[in-house]
Amino acid sequence: MADMNTFEQFIYYLSENGSYVLILFLQHFLTSIYGVLLAAIVGIPIGVVVAKYGKLAGPIITIANIIQTIPALALLAILMLGMGLGRPTVIVAVFLYALLPIIKNTYTGITNINNDLIDAGKGMGMTRSQVLYMIELPLSLSVIIGGLRIALVVAIGVVAIGAFIGAGGLGDIIIRGTNATNGTAIILAGAIPTALMAVIADIVLSFIERRLDPVKRHKKVATPEVQSLEN
Amino acid sequence: MLKLEQLSKVYRGGKKAVDDLNIEVEKGEFIAFIGTSGSGKTTALRMINRMIEPTSGTITLNGENLMKKNPVALRRSIGYVIQQIGLMPHMTIRDNITLVPKLLKWSKDKKDQTAETLIDLVDLPRSYLDMYPAQLSGGQQQRIGVLRALAANQDIILMDEPFGALDPITRDTLQDLMKDLQQRLGKTVIFVTHDMDEAIKLADRICIMHNGQMVQFDTPDNILAAPANDFVREFIGSHRLIQNKPSAKLVDDVMIKPITISMEKSIDDAILTMVKRRVDTLFVVDGKEHLRGMITVEAITTNRNSTDTVSDVMTTDISAVHTGTKLQDTVRRILRRNLNNIPVIDEERHLVGLVTRANIVDIVYDTIWGDEETEKAE
Repeated sequence: MADMNTFEQFIYYLSENGSYVLILFLQHFLTSIYGVLLAAIVGIPIGVVVAKYGKLAGPIITIANIIQTIPALALLAILMLGMGLGRPTVIVAVFLYALLPIIKNTYTGITNINNDLIDAGKGMGMTRSQVLYMIELPLSLSVIIGGLRIALVVAIGVVAIGAFIGAGGLGDIIIRGTNATNGTAIILAGAIPTALMAVIADIVLSFIERRLDPVKRHKKVATPEVQSLEN
Repeated sequence: MLKLEQLSKVYRGGKKAVDDLNIEVEKGEFIAFIGTSGSGKTTALRMINRMIEPTSGTITLNGENLMKKNPVALRRSIGYVIQQIGLMPHMTIRDNITLVPKLLKWSKDKKDQTAETLIDLVDLPRSYLDMYPAQLSGGQQQRIGVLRALAANQDIILMDEPFGALDPITRDTLQDLMKDLQQRLGKTVIFVTHDMDEAIKLADRICIMHNGQMVQFDTPDNILAAPANDFVREFIGSHRLIQNKPSAKLVDDVMIKPITISMEKSIDDAILTMVKRRVDTLFVVDGKEHLRGMITVEAITTNRNSTDTVSDVMTTDISAVHTGTKLQDTVRRILRRNLNNIPVIDEERHLVGLVTRANIVDIVYDTIWGDEETEKAE
């Protein structure tokens, strides 16, 4: 292997260990998804409640903010003391990091809805839950997806560090590379898929986010010929 | 039909938004609440569908105490139109119109049928049903806003300054449309405005409010003829008081006989009639003298080669007034919309007369020199 340059070594590593990298890639991705999904299940309802009862907004967002400021390695270490090594600890860490963007975006999405729409909805006889399901959630969906996007990108980074406490994932390959002599190619074999995963997750989710935006969605289909019918 | 009794709303801190309001509204009436901002007119309106809960007093609808009714069920039975329109941006026009029917769980066929019937009422094409609110102009959006309030066949419609945010021409068109719909469908409308012209034009009775209290509740004519106090006098403005002096005439007094042509005649016939009678506009009527459209000399010259009967080139979108309309309203409409003339029709859309710009000149002449001439003649 010594006569190959770094790039050739990287390709060689991938061709020899392709299935192994793929398995770790999936493992990495799933660990991130589990944490984010868990955070979504908890965070979206919290965001809705916080948006409805303004008084709770300050304290809850502050708590989520504080969690966000703890460095990932420190948070993992603290959790490890309580939960031991392994994947569940990393999932909990991802969950905690994902909470803030999800709660905050749900809150912003719902509070930014024009009050006139809520007034019109109530005035036509919607119950509170109909206002939520028929107006507030559909209209804030794109902002909520935006929160999930940020959460997922952060999660992919946290899971990479999680390899230190035995969570598996592409972080494993990176650590192996740092321990090996001349391990640049191995580090790249772990780092490049991780980066790709984050970039692709970001692109895919921002595409969905834009598609779901009720205002931007219909701009393109505006038909000019109808203008002449206005008095 | 609708009765507000000793209705009061006191906000925290003791501010009385509405103070002891007593009003009885008959079925099919068009009522306007008018007042300066902070007069409690919107609060009064919003207490009717319990968007605001009254502090004391009762509201009864056909004998039923609304305070005891479930607010959600109540609101589904009362139409509600707001100034900000409030169409749901993520729903198509069809879904917006049939929002209340959806809440009432009507079948899809019935909802589609309702949407189609309603959109025909406001002269918008059916293709609009599948568009989104952002694709419509403000005036078109508010038409949909009005339709939404009619969709579940509500008898009462509450309107909170519905046309306040529209430009004057669109507002004028929508006022006519609203008045027409209200009369045609026999709805009871309660309307909040701060525009006296709008109130006079639309309302059967006007409720003038000041500092939460009702100052006067009467027909526009009575209010203009006998304002209850100085506040009302100042509010309606001296220029309107003068306008309503006994000299006020109806369209019936000044209208002339229009030149008509029947639908199946050819364009050549139309031109011949125009030349013979020396006019540039003919009104198209059917066999029973119903007004169907109008045809102008410009329309004929542009369409000369392509078509051959009157019904093919006539314009059907014409602004008409009913018999009994005040002349001042009619004149204002001619001036504001820049029309050359305006046909007068009766309840069954029979064409009965025509008011032209020449009529207006005659009236102006009469008011300025008419008196002098009669004096000279004596």
